[in-house]
Amino acid sequence: MTAVTPAPPSTAGAPAPADVAPGSRPGGRSRLRPAAGFAFGAALLFAVAPLALSDFRLALLAKYLCVAMVAVGIGIAWGRGGMLTLGQGVFFGLGGYAMAMHLKLADAGPGGMPDFMQLYGQLDELPVWWRPFASPWFALPATVLLPMAVAFGLGSLVFRRRVRGAYFAILSQALAAAMVILLIGQQGTTGGTNGLTDIQGFFGYDLDDPVNQRMVYFIIAGVLLALLALARQIVHSRYGELLVAVRDSEERVRFLGYDPASVKLVAYVVAAGMAGLAGALFVPAVGIISPALIGIVPSIEFVIGVAVGGRATLLGPVLGAVAVAWARTALSERFPGTWTYLQGLLFVVVVAFLPGGLASLWALARRRAERAEVHQ
Amino acid sequence: MSDDRLDGLSVRDVRVSFDGFTAVDGVSLEVPAGDIRFLIGPNGAGKTTLVDAITGLVRATGSVRFGDQELLGRPVHRISRLGVGRTFQTSTVFEELSVVQNLDIAAGARRSWATLARCRRGIPDEVAAALETIGLAGRADQLAGTLAHGQKQWLEIGMLLVQDARLLLLDEPVAGMSHEERDATGALLETVSRDRTVVVIEHDMDFLRRFARSVTVLHAGRVLSEGTVAQVQADPRVQEVYLGHPVDAGSVPSPLEA
Repeated sequence: MTAVTPAPPSTAGAPAPADVAPGSRPGGRSRLRPAAGFAFGAALLFAVAPLALSDFRLALLAKYLCVAMVAVGIGIAWGRGGMLTLGQGVFFGLGGYAMAMHLKLADAGPGGMPDFMQLYGQLDELPVWWRPFASPWFALPATVLLPMAVAFGLGSLVFRRRVRGAYFAILSQALAAAMVILLIGQQGTTGGTNGLTDIQGFFGYDLDDPVNQRMVYFIIAGVLLALLALARQIVHSRYGELLVAVRDSEERVRFLGYDPASVKLVAYVVAAGMAGLAGALFVPAVGIISPALIGIVPSIEFVIGVAVGGRATLLGPVLGAVAVAWARTALSERFPGTWTYLQGLLFVVVVAFLPGGLASLWALARRRAERAEVHQ
Repeated sequence: MSDDRLDGLSVRDVRVSFDGFTAVDGVSLEVPAGDIRFLIGPNGAGKTTLVDAITGLVRATGSVRFGDQELLGRPVHRISRLGVGRTFQTSTVFEELSVVQNLDIAAGARRSWATLARCRRGIPDEVAAALETIGLAGRADQLAGTLAHGQKQWLEIGMLLVQDARLLLLDEPVAGMSHEERDATGALLETVSRDRTVVVIEHDMDFLRRFARSVTVLHAGRVLSEGTVAQVQADPRVQEVYLGHPVDAGSVPSPLEA
């Protein structure tokens, strides 16, 4: 009778069968594939796109790639960690404003004040909290560290109290709304609804010059690839496995002796840092940062791109973000009124019928093909 | 395993109430080191709630000591790090991770962040040993969600082994298992109890008779009876709880034999 059991626990310590011996993943090929993927991506971004696209389209692509950076972070926090963050605009905005404040001060020259302050604020001198941003040594790290610090503070409060699911999503969205209200309310020092506009230079380079715009594009493309490499390391590390475990069964992980709050906190902070960096690079690419670019609507748009592309995959969020941002430009040029509805519909359709996003179509097709082979 | 200390569990006057309802009402019991103790009792007797209290999932008053450590009042993950592991009635393996990944995570609660940031290379020794013990060596790379029910339960036990739990609290480990799987699970419990203390909540009386070393019967949040299988079976109070009325010894077969 015992032979019926598929695999009864053996009490004797027999040696492991050869096929499961240490090194479950044979080295060579599996390490070459991502390298080839990155080379292909780099060729596409650094050679094909600049040659094939006009300056105008390349500048648009630079903007989309910034959105894609946010998407990489959301892929980790939401796709891997299960935290549906509807407020990444906050971190995108913190990074963007930190960068824009520095560039505005640099434009104004030493001792100068940004134009809008004299206009709306009637200020005689620079507010205290603007001053450190005059130094690139403060402003550049701040574009990443400031969002990470805010995420750390918020995450420590929220995850330890076991706020999750829809409650977490609503909370993060409320934060985006609060940030916008704060920025608009402090028009004299933040530029209000207009935001920080008319940014001319980028560390001494004139942003009106197409050559410098191209340089900004290359920086953005390089940073995106670096973030993808980082995301890949996170996903494949032991931490990445642990994060998935926390997503699927937080309680069980706690009983294994981990504190799930710290596991989630790391992913959330990393995603915030990526969004901050994206915001910082968005500013030289587009020349403006404003509340309308970081509020609830853009925050949700970030998530839609990730959902459409496939949140749990590495490339899905990037491709989804670029595709949705491109569709937005293309379609809103022609049907300005209906794009928002289309976008909402797209989100509903993907969540309802294709929860794995477009990336899961490929896996689905492969499974179909395998099944077809079996049947033959 | 790496830690060879063998500790017993000492529960003293533990009480758990939810909004005025007392689920566990002053339970005291001693599980000596290396025991296989079965906790039985009708539905609502407070068995699972007692385990919840021991593992920190619900608030309780009284005292729970494992070895020389007081457990009550500590958060769940701290209690776990003291060597207390548990399973749940419904199996809770990480379905989207492979068997090896499940075990590797269970083995890693003491890992540093630097270790966590790196990829796993190969299979750690303790994970390989656990794969052998639970009989899943041939399915190391299979997704846990695709395992059969019994195999998931073994994987859970394996996770407790690599976690280095020295006290195993198992909530209905053989529910839904075939006869062969039950036998295999019993043998597994006997193996792991060589250097660990095991507490099992179980309804399956045949399984209990074969593998229990001692039994505690809970009823309405209190300890009703305690002793060896034979002692408990002969206790008229136990028969009353299970049958609703006391029986004359010998006239009716004991409920535990049913």
